[in-house]
Amino acid sequence: MAKRLSVLDAGRCVGCQSCMFACARRPGLGGLAASSIWVKSAGGVRKGYVVVVCRACPGPPCSRVCPTDALPLRVGGGVRLKPELCIGCRNCVEACPFGAVLWDGEHDKPEICVYCGFCAPYCPYDVLKMEEMTHVER
Amino acid sequence: MTRYPGCLPLTSPAAASSVTGRRISSRPAWAALVRRSGSSEEECPQGVDPMAPGNPIIMAVGPLVGLYPLASKTVAMFKSPHTGNLGESQAGGRSAVAIRMAGYGAIVIRGVSASPVYLVVEGSHVHFRDASALWDLSSAYTTGTIMRQRESGAGVRSIMRIGRAGERGVTYASVITETFRHFGRLGLGAVFGSKRLKGLVISGGRSLPVADRRAYRALYDQIYKAATESPVMKKYHELGTAMNVLPLNAMGALPTRNLQSGHFDEAESISGERLAAEYLGRRVACAHCPVACVHLGTLRLPYPKEPYFYKTSMVGYDHEPIFAVGSLLGGSDVSGIFQLLDEAEVQGLDVMSLGVTLAWATEAFQRGLISEKETDGLALEWGAYPAYIAATKRIVKQPNDFYRALARGAEYAATIYGGADFALTFGKNEMPGYHTGPGCHLGYLTGARHSHLDSAGYSIDQKAAATGKTLTPEDVAAGLLEEERWRQVLTSLVVCLFARGIYTPEIVFKSLASAGFVCTNDDLTRIGADILRRKVAFKRREGFDETTLRIPKRILETATPLGVIDEEFMRKTIQLYTENV
Ligand code: SF4
Repeated sequence: MAKRLSVLDAGRCVGCQSCMFACARRPGLGGLAASSIWVKSAGGVRKGYVVVVCRACPGPPCSRVCPTDALPLRVGGGVRLKPELCIGCRNCVEACPFGAVLWDGEHDKPEICVYCGFCAPYCPYDVLKMEEMTHVER
Repeated sequence: MTRYPGCLPLTSPAAASSVTGRRISSRPAWAALVRRSGSSEEECPQGVDPMAPGNPIIMAVGPLVGLYPLASKTVAMFKSPHTGNLGESQAGGRSAVAIRMAGYGAIVIRGVSASPVYLVVEGSHVHFRDASALWDLSSAYTTGTIMRQRESGAGVRSIMRIGRAGERGVTYASVITETFRHFGRLGLGAVFGSKRLKGLVISGGRSLPVADRRAYRALYDQIYKAATESPVMKKYHELGTAMNVLPLNAMGALPTRNLQSGHFDEAESISGERLAAEYLGRRVACAHCPVACVHLGTLRLPYPKEPYFYKTSMVGYDHEPIFAVGSLLGGSDVSGIFQLLDEAEVQGLDVMSLGVTLAWATEAFQRGLISEKETDGLALEWGAYPAYIAATKRIVKQPNDFYRALARGAEYAATIYGGADFALTFGKNEMPGYHTGPGCHLGYLTGARHSHLDSAGYSIDQKAAATGKTLTPEDVAAGLLEEERWRQVLTSLVVCLFARGIYTPEIVFKSLASAGFVCTNDDLTRIGADILRRKVAFKRREGFDETTLRIPKRILETATPLGVIDEEFMRKTIQLYTENV
């Protein structure tokens, strides 16, 4: 079964960005350009945080709008990025209703979650977890 | 508006991401900035009026930001309108990560705008936004909301702004960042206001290559593990610094009613334990910090005109705010304390200076140095929060000479109305929440920014109390100097001082090496001592004189856990510190 990253309870998120930095660190980089997780306040720190991750949809809109098939489907849900095919049009960014397709401005390519789960253990408050996908195939 | 507000990238994105082995001595954050063109004198002209266009604002981050957790502070340097001397204030929030991710090592702001503006820095683009409609907004919360809604970069940006206090030149006005974090001390907010600079939004998302990827990840894990599991960090993420209230009170070191006592009978009601149990609503973190020490309490207020109608707000609390507007004002009504803290946030005031100034005013009122004529009808009594909140609004509005004086702090007000003996200021800066012995007060007196964070004198006292060792001026001067020198290194790296137990010299070397900076123990020792010397030299240049430092009589009257403080001991230690700096 394919796995994906689940947001167990965004209400526990403290906005520490540990997950975002972990995502970028997996390929060995500091900073945030290589991160595919996006944590932002829910309208100011007082209101808590929104944690945006790729939910590995079974029929992902990002893939459907890609003019060059640079985002082929992953078996079990979600997509993979074929960077050599990407022309940097950003259609995928526009298409994702969650805003989970982030943009790496340094390479002019989308940052696509690879569902590796490297980030989850760095969340100090168990907001994130790798889980077997349970959604129904369409 | 030719030179204002200039935003100079001191490290180009390419330079900042270079991983070749530069020696750290070429770029420690603080020194690199102020010495950008050779010396501090070049950025800040001698004798400049802190409210004049020539006073620079320098905001610097360090080489570990964006690489390692808890390297999360921005250091702001400026000339302080509060003390008339060196201004240094440090804030967390998202500021440091946002500045580094935008590609900058530091931002320098000079000059004055013809009309109110706020600055937006998005990577290499700098925009000047008209802020004339935002000027004089009644609440700094609203200003933050508007900037948040208008600007991009959600999640990876910092939103700094001032409130009315900064616009109106209250000398202890703060700059608020991300709500609940502040460049609190020494009046950076007033300097923003003097430049008609309402705020600064900065964002970016770069990557930072490292020298050795595997070593980087391993060291990261070591630091991360220490931050989340080590007992040295526990107090920050559980009760937060408010856990200090009860132990300090038990030893008689919790400044109470303007330090007429070191013991507060009602301390239990304002303790970290009580606040956590009954009010803690949420904890939040600075960017790239898993500790999440920021404790937000819930303030639930009924609407007087309608039953079953409530307003619920979040209020940040820590030991210092609780001391400053709680025990020092003789108040244990948490709702009142939270409302006063909220008012300080709305107006954009440093809550420590505010509390100490109100405490001076309360005692002056009780002693008849001032009356309702000066306060304009307010009866300032210990713990009278409605009066304190009204007074806070007036400090910002400044309707008469008395409130204009309070807007310049306790020491200035005492020069006009008397009561200097109980004006709890050190180098003109209002005191922090420790009365542990001579060490803490010597730290406030000698520290470069007159803060408990400069040299942690309270820790020298507490060690002496625990071991029963008798302190000597030599020991105290040496202890303060050693700690303050090392803290120059940590704060130049912009490591949060709460993580000082994690960032040992060994970890500092290793982390710097992976960021491309090679240095030795000697380098760090020399740099720390050098930065401190330069700060002291700057202060002397601007008129600071250790020999005439005012020691408020009150601290010599109220016994500490180490007994009554002897003035001779204090003078001798200051002299030794000065000779050896
Ligand atoms: S690591 Fe966890 S708590 Fe921190 S920002 Fe990510 S989801 Fe939130």
